[in-house]
Amino acid sequence: MIDWVILAASAVKMLIMIAIVMGIAIILTWVERKQSAVMQDRIGANRADILGLRIIGLFQPFADAIKMITKEDFIPPFSNKFLHTLAPVITFFAVLVVFAVIPLGPPLEIAGRTISMQIADINIGLLFILAFGGLAVYGVVLAGWSSNNKYTLLAAVRGSAQMISYEVCLGLSLIGAIMIYGTLDMTDMVLQQSGYWFGWIPRWGIIMQPLGALLFLPAAIAENKRVPFDLPECESEILGYHMEYSGLRAGMFMFAEFIEIIFIAALFTVIFLGGWQIPYLYWDGFHWPWGGMWYLPFWFVKTLEFLALFGKIAFMIYFMILVRWTLPRFRYDQLMRLGWKYLLPLGVLNLAVTGVVLVIIGRI
Amino acid sequence: MELILFIITALVALVSAFMVITRRTPIASVLYLVLTFFCLAVLYVMLGAQFIAAMQIVVYAGAIMVLFLFVLMLLSQRGAQTWEVAGPMRKWLGFAAAGGVLLVAATALQSVGVSDTVLDPEIGTVSSVGSALFRRFLLPFEVASVLLLGAIIGVVAMVKRKPYPSETEEGVEHGS
Repeated sequence: MIDWVILAASAVKMLIMIAIVMGIAIILTWVERKQSAVMQDRIGANRADILGLRIIGLFQPFADAIKMITKEDFIPPFSNKFLHTLAPVITFFAVLVVFAVIPLGPPLEIAGRTISMQIADINIGLLFILAFGGLAVYGVVLAGWSSNNKYTLLAAVRGSAQMISYEVCLGLSLIGAIMIYGTLDMTDMVLQQSGYWFGWIPRWGIIMQPLGALLFLPAAIAENKRVPFDLPECESEILGYHMEYSGLRAGMFMFAEFIEIIFIAALFTVIFLGGWQIPYLYWDGFHWPWGGMWYLPFWFVKTLEFLALFGKIAFMIYFMILVRWTLPRFRYDQLMRLGWKYLLPLGVLNLAVTGVVLVIIGRI
Repeated sequence: MELILFIITALVALVSAFMVITRRTPIASVLYLVLTFFCLAVLYVMLGAQFIAAMQIVVYAGAIMVLFLFVLMLLSQRGAQTWEVAGPMRKWLGFAAAGGVLLVAATALQSVGVSDTVLDPEIGTVSSVGSALFRRFLLPFEVASVLLLGAIIGVVAMVKRKPYPSETEEGVEHGS
């Protein structure tokens, strides 16, 4: 018997999730341009207007979208047309499907049911992310190969070597956190991050796994192929794997990158920044560690928790955009050395130390 | 509902497996094999073995097939390269090998017997697989990892061979 309520809730959650993710990604295209302008002492995109209304260029994404849709969509001759079309779809699918296990807030109790804010509440959440996130390599490889161009093929080889190398670091940096939480379920992970050390230090992942968090970010940015790891893409100089794409297909690659920024920020928030948890906030209000309380109504607490989650995600997104416009690009040998000689051994060290500490504390 | 899903998945798995061995270009074969692995992962999920399904995608569809694709693309950039046509001898040997594998699988399944018993839903979860792997099958697990380590060391030793004397005399540089 199918539980129709659960099914309907899932459908609604999917629609909401896609609307939120796409909405943020659209705004991000503008934020990225504006932030680059700020950091390079320019004004940035501010010309797009509707009937003279400009609102600091926020209509720019619409202008971009119209341009992209109306551009000529050129498929190079002698390319493999089917795979050429399939590659951006795979890339897009891989970054969007992993949002299925990201909890967008605390579980809510509506009409006697506990509704999880996760689309798919499965007990292998993190493994699901690693499995489907790894499929993004296919997008790169197929895009580079099917274009029938040696430069795109070389870029695809560079890109897949980079993504496979940093996937190892990414997995290793998360295993420490998995060992501490003892679960792969994302909602459960956030719930495990409540509680305090010495009564006042929140037990967030970043405090229990500082090295893991430090290793996760570069590995994740390298997976997303953004500066300083944008060797497979670097549109203007050494040619990227999606050079032979134009119009909306090229836009899909670009858009997938922005969606992945949101995803990395959300994953970091859930695993290392305590998800929706606010320090000292309980279901009935703030309990200060120095004594005293501040009572808040229940609905207000829940709203605060949702806002906290989105605030943390926004902070991480902004951090990644800052990194994008601050650092220069790595050379290929530097990239490989960083991945295999520094990040990987540090990841193994983190794993060993975490294991020893857990045995001493007696959690295993 | 579940039956319909099973029939669709099984059909796609069978058709794509058939395509793997009938396609002329190796890359098409590899991509159909990836599709087959995905269908297998779906079947694992329907059996309640979520961990196995995730591993199927991470290890086979993700890591190993990407390497296959990688090598094939470097070998045949235009996609024009096709499988070389095997002679009659190799063709019959292939049929014989496939028949042998089928026979072994059939006898193995015969000894188990097809039963209607419902699988334990906990059998494929992370914790049950983990405790089986690290308690009951700890020794085989560790032996397998030592074997893999040996393979890695062997590859490195082969790649880092000493240059031939003639090459060093001519001053040919050898990369790492």
